Amino acid sequence: MILNRRTALLGLTAAVSLGPASLAVAPAGTDRRLVVILLRGALDGLAAVQPYGDPAIARWRGPLLLPEPGQAEGLLDLGGRFGLHPALGGLHGLYRNGEALILHATAGPWRSRSHFEAQDDLESGAAQRLDSGWLNRTVLALPSPPARGGAVGQAVAVGTAMPLLLEGPARVANWAPSRFGAPAPDLYARLAALNRADPVLGPAIAEGLRSRGFAERVMDEEGAASMRERNTFPALAAAAAELLAAPDGPRIAALEIGGWDTHADQNARLVQPLRQLDAGIVALKAGLGPAWAGTAVLALTEFGRTVRANGTKGTDHGTGTVAFAAGGAIAGGRVLGDWPGLSEPALFEERDLQPTTDLRALIKGMLAAHLGLAETALAQILPDSAGVGPMLGLVRAG
Amino acid sequence: MEIDAAHALVRFGLGRKGAEPAPADPRAWLRQQIEAPDPIRFPALPDSAACLTTLREERAMRRENLPAAPTRVRDLLRAETAAQMQAAMATEAPFRERLVWFWGNHFAVSLRHGGVAAVAGAYLREAIRPHVTGRFGDMLLAVMRHPAMLIYLDNVGSVGPDSPAGLRTGRGMNENLARECLELHTLGADGGFTQADVTSFARILTGWSIDLQGPEPGFLFRAGAHEPGAQTLLGRRFEDGEAGGRAALALLATHPATYRHLAGKLATHFIADAPPADAVERIASRLAETGGDLGAAALAVMAEPAAWQPLTKLRTPLDFVVACARALDLGEDTMPDIHAVLGGLGEPLWMPPLPNGWPDRATDWAAPELLMRRIDWAHAVSGRAAGTDPVRLAATTLGPLLRPETRAAMERAGSRRDALTLFLGSPEFQRR
Repeated sequence: MILNRRTALLGLTAAVSLGPASLAVAPAGTDRRLVVILLRGALDGLAAVQPYGDPAIARWRGPLLLPEPGQAEGLLDLGGRFGLHPALGGLHGLYRNGEALILHATAGPWRSRSHFEAQDDLESGAAQRLDSGWLNRTVLALPSPPARGGAVGQAVAVGTAMPLLLEGPARVANWAPSRFGAPAPDLYARLAALNRADPVLGPAIAEGLRSRGFAERVMDEEGAASMRERNTFPALAAAAAELLAAPDGPRIAALEIGGWDTHADQNARLVQPLRQLDAGIVALKAGLGPAWAGTAVLALTEFGRTVRANGTKGTDHGTGTVAFAAGGAIAGGRVLGDWPGLSEPALFEERDLQPTTDLRALIKGMLAAHLGLAETALAQILPDSAGVGPMLGLVRAG
Repeated sequence: MEIDAAHALVRFGLGRKGAEPAPADPRAWLRQQIEAPDPIRFPALPDSAACLTTLREERAMRRENLPAAPTRVRDLLRAETAAQMQAAMATEAPFRERLVWFWGNHFAVSLRHGGVAAVAGAYLREAIRPHVTGRFGDMLLAVMRHPAMLIYLDNVGSVGPDSPAGLRTGRGMNENLARECLELHTLGADGGFTQADVTSFARILTGWSIDLQGPEPGFLFRAGAHEPGAQTLLGRRFEDGEAGGRAALALLATHPATYRHLAGKLATHFIADAPPADAVERIASRLAETGGDLGAAALAVMAEPAAWQPLTKLRTPLDFVVACARALDLGEDTMPDIHAVLGGLGEPLWMPPLPNGWPDRATDWAAPELLMRRIDWAHAVSGRAAGTDPVRLAATTLGPLLRPETRAAMERAGSRRDALTLFLGSPEFQRR
């Protein structure tokens, strides 16, 4: 009931604020599909893919540790050393089916712990912000689609924002289902907190939240995670899949999902975003149908989080983390990366997971093998990355 | 940026635009805007005569049931709102712009009345804007002669029952414009007028109409529809004819009750929802001393110490949307569809529900769902501001008005978009 009511209201406001959604797609020059999911807010790689086989983890993560595989609500085993968060059951299924792989202890070339700077860098594909995103430059490098009237590009940003990732000289469509205009519940909660002391705005916003069907407890941060909207991202992913599956649809899509900035009560707060991400990837597979076989999905975040749990059962901004690749085209079922260990001297700046694989190696390997892009193109897509070779063997042969 | 500069930008202006230079001397900056000529021009927009010609032609097409739906008035309105909103987004004299909004709302007309659409934009340009630092009596006369007001408050067809036209047709007068002029535009509800004054004034205003048929459509005093005979208004006798009406308006424009009423509204708008009584008194005195000089009144408001108390007022949706667009320095391609946005936020542009215009107190704009929609819209518009550093933008926009807790919440936000939403939804941004 609450969700239905909320959905209806969001539809109303989104239609007001965003106008009609526009959808423009183009015939494509490739049959391969590439979906990039930006995980904004810094996913804790140690929680999503817990190295339960590393004895040092217990020392750092005491209150945040999840039960080992085989126990109730325990990790989903990835082969004896790492365990997937139990909210990622769909991804685990893909992993066991050889359609998903995980890169651990990775980071881009940037070392900023600012969300904004690091997200810019991640989307620019460089150690500094550029005017265009690497996925836009990827579109430029692809063979042109056969000319047809009204075509605007091979790529689509699915959601209400056009990310830097897809900004640039290549024309890119932007499409959002009409109801995706509103912030996530915890953002409302933070706004309510900011306004609480205002004699007029404070009570009015609290009442606004109540009458929109949020429980009172959304007003405190602890309740925010449990109120996080459940169905937004999967529906967005399903819509993206529908676009990509069309024979004359786009071949490149970008989506984003937030909720990863878990400074407090991480275990409670991570469940919903992980479930959404998981259901979204499953929805991509379902919606793409036969096209899934030629699809690669990358889920990337700007940085990881501190190895040590902080004082509020959360984690703070860190460095090394995980990246996911899924899809019928992926040679999956593996955890890649060079595990640096969690002993004190192994940590980056005595606090973070030491990155051992440059994230650009994953991106390059995917662009080279999946989209067939040559070295010269890769050098333009990811400038100043000559020292970072593409990871090999990411994609199934044939 | 000093706190007074940050405050002046929001209290008297429309919010800082991007990283435009902050006023070094905020009081001098405001004074200069009042004393210098209006920098805004609208060379491409038609005058009200041309607007009325368009209205006439569209009505003719509609009468003849021409196949193509006439949209010329709508196009005219779109051009007006686009140009006037663009002026607000870009102006370097925002205090003057705020005065245009204030006086336009004081003398409200509304698109809810069909005929107004063609001339609503011209009304602000012709009857309001030229007088915001001039004499109130000149503005009042321009308003009462403008087709937009005459159409909106139904004076166009108000016919003196004993006039030749009244005797010939049996038509009569209505009191709409007369009553609202006394109650809303001049003396105020407690300004000491009676129903007899309303009726007398309505008679005085009979024949104040428009000509829609001639080559230069516009105001026309229809002597043949004017009620003959002298009238008594506020105990004063006014001869019949157009000159009698002008004399009555001059009396009303300079009446002490009018000055008190105007001073109260100015103080409520620029100082606080419940402004100090002595501040209102001083502004009223300034109006009286200067014979209703609105520029002097604006400076008198600015001189009130209470006007420099930060964040006592809540931004209306229009103010909020324009301030957001200026803060994010949105280009024309990312500019929101102002009609759709303001409609959703509860203040459809130039469409107040009643002749008393939009309300001016925080509680009037703090309906819970409206505030939720503001947040939703702030979130939507924040998605179009890729490439900004949110905390720097917030500090640039509000200077010392930015609270540490808002800054901290922004720094903790997981995305640029969330951070900007927190900023635009913070109380220090929603207030002014």
